[in-house]
Amino acid sequence: MTAQADNAPGDNRARGSFYLRYMVEPYLYLSPAVIVIALVMLVPLVIGISYAFQAVNLLRPFQTGWVGFENFQALWSDRKFWLALTNTFWWTLGSITFQFFLGLGLALLLNTRFHGKRLVQALVFLPWAVPTFLSALTWAWLFNPTIGPLPHWLAALGILSEPFNILGDPNLAMWGPITANVWFGIPFFAITLLAALQSIPGELYEAAEIDGASAWQMFTKITLPFLAPMIAITVMLRTIWIANFADLIFVMTGGGPANSTQILSTYIFTTAFRKLDFGYASAIAVALLGLLLIYAAVLLVLRRKLVKI
Amino acid sequence: MARIELNNIAKSYGSVEVLRDVNLTIEDGEFIVLVGPSGCGKSTLLRMIAGLEPITGGEFQVDGRRMNEVPPRDRDMAMVFQSYALYPHMDVARNMGFSLEIRKAQKEERSRKIADAARTLGLSSLTERLPRALSGGQRQRVAMGRAIVRDPSAFLFDEPLSNLDAALRVEMRLEIARLHQRLNATMIYVTHDQVEALTLADRIVVLNAGDIQQVGTPLDLYERPSNKFVAQFIGSPTMNILGIDQAENGVKLKDGTLLKVGSEQERRRAHELGVRPEHLDVVAEDAAHMKGVAELVEHLGSDTNIHANVPGVGPVLVRQHGHYPLRAGEAVNIAVDLEKSHLFGVEGQRL
Amino acid sequence: MNALRQTSPWAVAGKYLALALYVAFALFPLYWLAKIAVTPDKLIFSEGTALVPSRFTFENFQTVLLQTDFVAYFRNSLIVSLGTAAITTMIAAAAGYAFSRFDFRGKRLIIALMLITQMFPLLMIIAPIYKIVATLGLLNSLTSLIIVYTAFNIPFATFLMQSFFDGIPKDLEEAGMIDGCTRFEALRKIVLPLTLPGLGATLGFIFTAAWSELLFALMLINSNDAMTFPVGLLTFVSKFSVDWGQMMAAGVLALVPSCLFFIFIQRYLVQGLTTGAVKG
Repeated sequence: MTAQADNAPGDNRARGSFYLRYMVEPYLYLSPAVIVIALVMLVPLVIGISYAFQAVNLLRPFQTGWVGFENFQALWSDRKFWLALTNTFWWTLGSITFQFFLGLGLALLLNTRFHGKRLVQALVFLPWAVPTFLSALTWAWLFNPTIGPLPHWLAALGILSEPFNILGDPNLAMWGPITANVWFGIPFFAITLLAALQSIPGELYEAAEIDGASAWQMFTKITLPFLAPMIAITVMLRTIWIANFADLIFVMTGGGPANSTQILSTYIFTTAFRKLDFGYASAIAVALLGLLLIYAAVLLVLRRKLVKI
Repeated sequence: MARIELNNIAKSYGSVEVLRDVNLTIEDGEFIVLVGPSGCGKSTLLRMIAGLEPITGGEFQVDGRRMNEVPPRDRDMAMVFQSYALYPHMDVARNMGFSLEIRKAQKEERSRKIADAARTLGLSSLTERLPRALSGGQRQRVAMGRAIVRDPSAFLFDEPLSNLDAALRVEMRLEIARLHQRLNATMIYVTHDQVEALTLADRIVVLNAGDIQQVGTPLDLYERPSNKFVAQFIGSPTMNILGIDQAENGVKLKDGTLLKVGSEQERRRAHELGVRPEHLDVVAEDAAHMKGVAELVEHLGSDTNIHANVPGVGPVLVRQHGHYPLRAGEAVNIAVDLEKSHLFGVEGQRL
Repeated sequence: MNALRQTSPWAVAGKYLALALYVAFALFPLYWLAKIAVTPDKLIFSEGTALVPSRFTFENFQTVLLQTDFVAYFRNSLIVSLGTAAITTMIAAAAGYAFSRFDFRGKRLIIALMLITQMFPLLMIIAPIYKIVATLGLLNSLTSLIIVYTAFNIPFATFLMQSFFDGIPKDLEEAGMIDGCTRFEALRKIVLPLTLPGLGATLGFIFTAAWSELLFALMLINSNDAMTFPVGLLTFVSKFSVDWGQMMAAGVLALVPSCLFFIFIQRYLVQGLTTGAVKG
């Protein structure tokens, strides 16, 4: 390092390779991540949005070009789109409700003391590690009366009139993927809520107990308020995630029978994958993205309002 | 061994200035303590000397050589961190020898130096332990050992004792003082504890809000604080600061008592009077400058602290040597040692 | 929670019952999968709903391993998942380190970009990716899958790694730098050894994520040679949907790597996910 005589004392600009490195270093560490994400996700995202305004159908390679809002006009009058939208709503609502309450219950149980806790914890979290396509297949098989026990049990309980496959019944089919999704999703809520529960200081409960609070009061006055921020953020993220989650339905029912389990994301996938109509698929995707953004915005505004009170 | 010079050193994060115009020369072998309240910039200054923070203004020299841009590993300084920063995955010996390992020192030399340092610090039986198996005091010793092994040109200490309990702190303080005597190396020590500063330092640097308030020997700072901040920061219990009015041949306390202090020139600018609790005395009624009531009396054995309230003047703390038989609520007559009181101007400067 | 409060035996029994139900619900589907896989063909229908088959066989596993392409699928999936996990973890460790240790211009922007990639439907880019990959002539190649999966997993892995780095005091590296290391040496000799559990957990997460991905693999791969396990299994199911025993045996085999990794990372789940729980 050379002593820089021309660098008058008090000069505010420190030079030299030491500082240059200091400034540049973080970007060096980050650049691979940023480059990969930009090239593989952000660029395709922009292209994908632009597809929504084009005719891009690999089966009709000569009819390409900008079409303005034509895809969206078609979407507006597409009965399947509206059906898929309704189905998306029920699929998401059903899944998130059961996942959340069962997950919360599990987290509360795991936050108490009992024998064999480590083993139980490992076992109940296991479904989360099962690959989704396999969960889907397993549950599809369980609902199949030739091979699975569920239809027989449901019939024996009087829920079904006879042991048939509910995945083939347009009125009941949605319950199949929802069940699989709940099974698969409980551990996620349980893990995040358990982590939040464990961060509540124990003294709070001791103080409440000295003040004479009942178990229920402790739950509503201490546990819930402490969990609330975590609940808000996980429910929001999970809702978006589930609404986008096509694998289970695609494997279990393929959207059938008679589109009764077709949700927007499976509709996007089948439109792209089977019909190779990328323009239309992208239009559906943009519509879904728009709806989810509105949902997130509403939730964030609501949360801010509620927190202020 | 090194002579360290800081010329107009400044530090800012964006537009936020945390240190301004710091000028300081540290002689070879000197023990300098940087002291000040939290947030005054003392740790930042130390980290700039170590090379862990970029210097944004001014020049930093060691033995006449500009060091601003030299990376920490080439500055030949050892540092003891507040958290000790022992490498959790290495045993005590490897922790102490890590710098030699990095510099690819001979194995025999390395183990000899480690053994020497371990012996000096009483760690010989612990060299194979991991840091997590050590007590707080032992960790502190390992951190010091890591610095000693290197035989650096300067030692930097960043509040090294603040994680220890009171008894251990006194013990380690002595150990550091002994270490300085033995090695006679340049040491820069950051603390917020004035007792550490007064006991260890050759010279103390008092910092506040990014400015050096005063540099001097411990006695200098105690007897001739350059301003109200230093006066109140050094010395325990804190100096009494009393409001005054100017008078003919002295200053008047707010209750009208005349005190004959200072020259006429000083008195003209005087705004407040500072007097340390140990320079107040409980006396007979006719010799008293102030008459008050004891509100709280603390019996410390060696001393007695009397928190008195003087009508018109306000709360005054008096320190009496030994046990003084006084109870709360009793009247107390106080005399001021005029020789040892200080006058401060409107801006807090000592006159 | 407390020793003094009397808990009624009914409450205790209820708690254990609830736990038992959760465990049963979690394990039953997997148990059933394994049960059918070891049931001899002849008994599958006659003992349809029996909880335990009267005879066991490993014939299905043999058939799957020896007479089908599953070994190839398995190998492809292993290449893709290991490749993705290794590359992603390296890239994410570097990025997570930068987020954890540096303050620099544009940090918030980059974090925001990464969060955005976690919010929009991945299916949105399935069409453009297909077209790009097709244009590059990389359809049916495992490389394209590795690149795509790497990109998908970097944001989550970065946040995970950042939380692991955040757990390591900055002082340690600074001590290392004063002891004579360059920053990179300090990273290699001090920080990385301490992050090993975190690196392991991240590897595990990414491996399982890549192992389970179906839709992009389905889109980008259609030649039998390059099929990953999920695609192969699905093709197998739609072609030979009566070989129940074999399909389930293949399913059990698909479960093995995920479960191994799961056992490995189980310990870090609650700790590690606290800060990193964005996407599961």
